[in-house]
Amino acid sequence: MATSVEIKDLSLNYGSVKVLDRLNLDIAEGEFIVLLGPSGCGKSTLLNCIAGLLDVSDGQIHISGKNVTWEEPKDRGIGMVFQSYALYPQMTVEKNLSFGLRVARMPKAEIDSRVKRASEILQIEPLLNRKPVELSGGQRQRVAIGRALVRDVDVFLFDEPLSNLDAKLRNDLRVEIKRLHARLKNTMIYVTHDQIEAMTLADRIAIMKNGVIQQLADPHTIYNKPVNLFVAGFIGSPSMNFIKGDLQGATLSVDGQANIPLANYQFANQTNGASILGIRPEHILVGEDARKMPVQLESEIEIVEPMGADTVAWTKIAGQSLTFRAAAEVHLEPGQKVLIGFDPGRGSVFNVESGNRI
Amino acid sequence: MTALAPTSIGVEPSGPRPRHITAGRIGIYAFLIIAALFFLLPLWVMVITSMKSMSEIRAGNIFALPMQPTLDYWVKAWSSACTGVSCNGLAPGFFNSLKITALSVPVSIVIAMINGYALSFWRFRGSELLFGILVFGAFVPFQVLIYPIIFALSRVGLFGTLPGIVIVHTIFGMPILTLLFRNFFASLPSELFKAARVDGAGFWRIFFWVMLPMSVPIAIVAVILQVTGIWNDFLFGLVFAGRENLPMTVQLNNIVRTSTGTVEYGTNMAATVLTGAVPLIVYFVSGKWFVRGIAAGAVKG
Repeated sequence: MATSVEIKDLSLNYGSVKVLDRLNLDIAEGEFIVLLGPSGCGKSTLLNCIAGLLDVSDGQIHISGKNVTWEEPKDRGIGMVFQSYALYPQMTVEKNLSFGLRVARMPKAEIDSRVKRASEILQIEPLLNRKPVELSGGQRQRVAIGRALVRDVDVFLFDEPLSNLDAKLRNDLRVEIKRLHARLKNTMIYVTHDQIEAMTLADRIAIMKNGVIQQLADPHTIYNKPVNLFVAGFIGSPSMNFIKGDLQGATLSVDGQANIPLANYQFANQTNGASILGIRPEHILVGEDARKMPVQLESEIEIVEPMGADTVAWTKIAGQSLTFRAAAEVHLEPGQKVLIGFDPGRGSVFNVESGNRI
Repeated sequence: MTALAPTSIGVEPSGPRPRHITAGRIGIYAFLIIAALFFLLPLWVMVITSMKSMSEIRAGNIFALPMQPTLDYWVKAWSSACTGVSCNGLAPGFFNSLKITALSVPVSIVIAMINGYALSFWRFRGSELLFGILVFGAFVPFQVLIYPIIFALSRVGLFGTLPGIVIVHTIFGMPILTLLFRNFFASLPSELFKAARVDGAGFWRIFFWVMLPMSVPIAIVAVILQVTGIWNDFLFGLVFAGRENLPMTVQLNNIVRTSTGTVEYGTNMAATVLTGAVPLIVYFVSGKWFVRGIAAGAVKG
């Protein structure tokens, strides 16, 4: 597939502070990319650079095969949706939608047909004559998406569009954005700090930290094969268990109290020494199921958190805290001794010094 | 769980809390009314004195109502009181003030609004420094600038002219008005500005189509500030306006100080009330906006 957005060695500095550091990113046409990371990681900055709202310090941005590094936002073929909706408060919904088109002096008939099409897609036709104050949060965000839609652009940019909505509305609109992408097949770049949004929407996720992309991969790979400790800890809730130990060959010895044989684990770059075994809570089984697992350990339950759909339990092995997820029907209570087991093949092993997967 | 304690009147609390008139509340209202009367007193004295004959004024009972109310002094103050050598009353001064205010207010506000808009959204190298210098201008005493400005204006032939006084008012209104508008624009979400830029709007289009419609409340505040400020101005009018354009305040001073035999208190009082009427009316009509604007300007720095 053709490349839609290409970012080459992009840097942005504020004085001596490097917000983005020689960042490279290729986005294919029609791809849904999510930029994910904690606040201050540079993800919104990157989006603003792509939009042309911030001047870059170094590097290039290409959109649809054209070098747009020095272009104005309007000439880049992008539409943008903001967290605060940023609707023009004095204009009706219709005027909000058509503002960009009127600025571009498009013929009236063309403006009308585009506004009509966008409002049909987003089901905001009954709202066209209202002012933004008369709309609910969800309706406002639809209008904001509509404003990007009418511009008929190649690339959609979303800057945390759902963060101001309540939980239920967020789920609804998330599905709607996914539906929109399936229908329009535009390239979409979506910034969020919400991992659920990232996992559910993205074709590929770029996890960022300190202005550097840590891992760029599809959600499945990000979840199951994180490249370093940061990615492993950032994705997943409850977060991945980290068991510190000393790796010799294929055995991790934990404080000399327990030896975990890392059977089934595919080392990419086996390095002896201080290591961390990461294992997701849902990959740890309990009770009878645990007996089929290559690694089995006795442990005592400390805290039980029933979530409804399942239960999260806290326990300790060799003095290190461990959480696991059990089916809601499994009866667990604090103080109970249980057998837990897991398959190290499903886990991740990281070198402590480098923080990278080995 | 403890049971709710019954109140002193033995009723369990339910529904709206009953309203009591307490001694404290009566005290507060009494104080407020007295304070209001106290501050209204000078105005009252001025108005009734302006309607009394000289003999009645000399009787010395300044709070008493006039025995035979007359509006003669008002007419005289407006049209025939002597300011220096000419005896045309305050009317020319009123129209001069009107001209100066009507020109200075829109000019200064439009410039300050564009300043504030540019300084909040179109940051450039040194824009913060420029803003700092502008605000610092608010602390420079007027007196030290008078001579340099006279010098500059006379060099370009504007000293003592209507455009000259308008320029002076515009310059001296700039620091506080720019501060007012910059703080207002800084409180608007920057994403709005970004959205307009993505939509392809430039400097002026964003200003006129997006920002201007939103800044009506703050513009009203600026109008109030400027109208009252410029109307009440004495110093700049005296120095810069020139003989032909002396504002009402300067002419009021001349009337009060021109003595031909007896001091006509009635005329002086009427002239003073007439001069003060414009800002007074502005405050009455726009009190709510005024307070709102002062608060808006103060909160964000």
